Amino acid sequence: MKPDSRGLLSGRLFIDGDHACAEGAIAAGCRFTAGYPITPSTEVVERLAQRFPFVGGTFIQMEDELAASITVLGAVWGGAKAICVTSGPGFSLMMEHLGYAAMTETPVVFIDVQRGGPSTGLPTLPAQGDMMQARWGTHGDCRFIALCPSSPQECFDLTIEAFNLSERFRTPVLLMMDEVVGHMTERVVIPSADDLDIVPRRYTDKAPGEFKLFEPRDDLVPDMCRAGQGHRIHLTGLTHDERGYPVLNADTQDRLVRRLADKIERNAAQIVRVEERNLDGADIAVVAYGITARIAERAIEMARAQGIQVGSLRLITAWPFPTERLQRLASEVSAIVVPELNLGQMVLEVERVVAGRCRVISVDHAGGTVHLPKQIHAAIESAAREAGVMRLPLASER
Amino acid sequence: MASSEIKIGGLGGQGVIMAGMILGKAASLHDEKFATLIQAFGPEARGAACSAQVLIDDDPILYPYVVSPQFLVTLSQDAFRQFAPELREGGVLMFDEDMVTLGKLPPSIRTYGLPAMRLAESLGRKQVLNLIVVGFFTAITGLVSEAAARAAIRDTVPPSTIALNLHAFEVGFAQGKSRLADKTN
Repeated sequence: MKPDSRGLLSGRLFIDGDHACAEGAIAAGCRFTAGYPITPSTEVVERLAQRFPFVGGTFIQMEDELAASITVLGAVWGGAKAICVTSGPGFSLMMEHLGYAAMTETPVVFIDVQRGGPSTGLPTLPAQGDMMQARWGTHGDCRFIALCPSSPQECFDLTIEAFNLSERFRTPVLLMMDEVVGHMTERVVIPSADDLDIVPRRYTDKAPGEFKLFEPRDDLVPDMCRAGQGHRIHLTGLTHDERGYPVLNADTQDRLVRRLADKIERNAAQIVRVEERNLDGADIAVVAYGITARIAERAIEMARAQGIQVGSLRLITAWPFPTERLQRLASEVSAIVVPELNLGQMVLEVERVVAGRCRVISVDHAGGTVHLPKQIHAAIESAAREAGVMRLPLASER
Repeated sequence: MASSEIKIGGLGGQGVIMAGMILGKAASLHDEKFATLIQAFGPEARGAACSAQVLIDDDPILYPYVVSPQFLVTLSQDAFRQFAPELREGGVLMFDEDMVTLGKLPPSIRTYGLPAMRLAESLGRKQVLNLIVVGFFTAITGLVSEAAARAAIRDTVPPSTIALNLHAFEVGFAQGKSRLADKTN
């Protein structure tokens, strides 16, 4: 369906990633947020609070992150599209409700604008240290969808995508931003309503009494029901049957937990997105995401100017991970370089998937700023030299 | 082409970020170039030192931070002390001559001072200081076009203050043109 054009600021804006994210949420039909401020994510909610009165939305300032995240989930079950916005310390506090959203199959978007950690860390400075928390942070066994924007424009685009995926698969979707992308101001083009596609909530047309809230369709995703139309529903974080009532035994657990995982994994081909550049005939590949992917492009330009055949694969979805694409890539290149603003997180997944098909080189960074392009360039250069694919002398040898 | 690197430093409340916003918007939305604005910003930013980093390029910008500015604007002595050493050879320094006493600079640096705060006060509203600076910057550097700067001002400042802000821009622009003429004569 098309978005409500009254809520769209169609045109060209010069705004930061946080504000672009708020506009993406409004474009996707989000009309509720409950928030507790935390740098560097506060501007997302500030803009929503400012814009919501003009589009019929509601913002509630909460007493803490626990209240914020559960209130957002309540709004979804009341019929709203809703968003929950935070940064590392708040993300940690919200883990319980993220798991509750996964277990109750609540379509909702959580945004983590990553800053340096652990704990309070570096409130105003960037990191990408929550990537594994996005995957494994909540307890129990579940799968999440996580997207990584690398520009303010993508903060807009991927917030819409996050809402669409959350509705399509009735699941929480994470937007893993970083401080640089959140606070960087650039041109953001907001399309007209005709050029955007919004996935509406999939409501049942079954009558109350016939409808089961957790009965999946063939795609493993169950429909929802509209509040106030006579359906009596039961939502619980306990292991439940298709009606939503607790059934605490191994069979029900197995059926439910496997379906929750399968609905992401078996549908991964519809979810996974990467951006590839210069990979045809490449000897070396750089795998990066978020702001680091942009910095890496500068390093790649430097290396290509030296004659090194190096390309890039940018993770737009970090989770589910583009396993098959990486496996294919690993059999085509001699090394994969993985820069990230943490001490090596997504590189673990790259190594797991590559499984020895090629070398994997981590270019780690504790955060607080971004890599210097020359740090990534040095890793590309040493990978090329080791693989014997340097076609020109090293810069230092000329 | 490499990016043009710009840094504007001053005190919170002087409109440093807004000045960067108008320059970036002028380049990005009205001159059809690429521009990135980053605000340096600590928990202590309000009222203390603050700075804006703007990159302008004909091509998409990959690395968003200013490493070594060609164009530096300092509106406080602290900003001068902190950022002047970053200026690249042959760079341009613009400064409020009442707020900043220039220290030693390499001979290749060109300097242009203006009494920005006094001019703003003479216009009856200290808040337009930053628009005077934007006008001065536009005249001195030519990095954004006059038309783009005016368009960016119109769609950035509150509607009731557009005329005043455009006037402040003109005052700064005229100052810049006259300083350039002084240097070439």
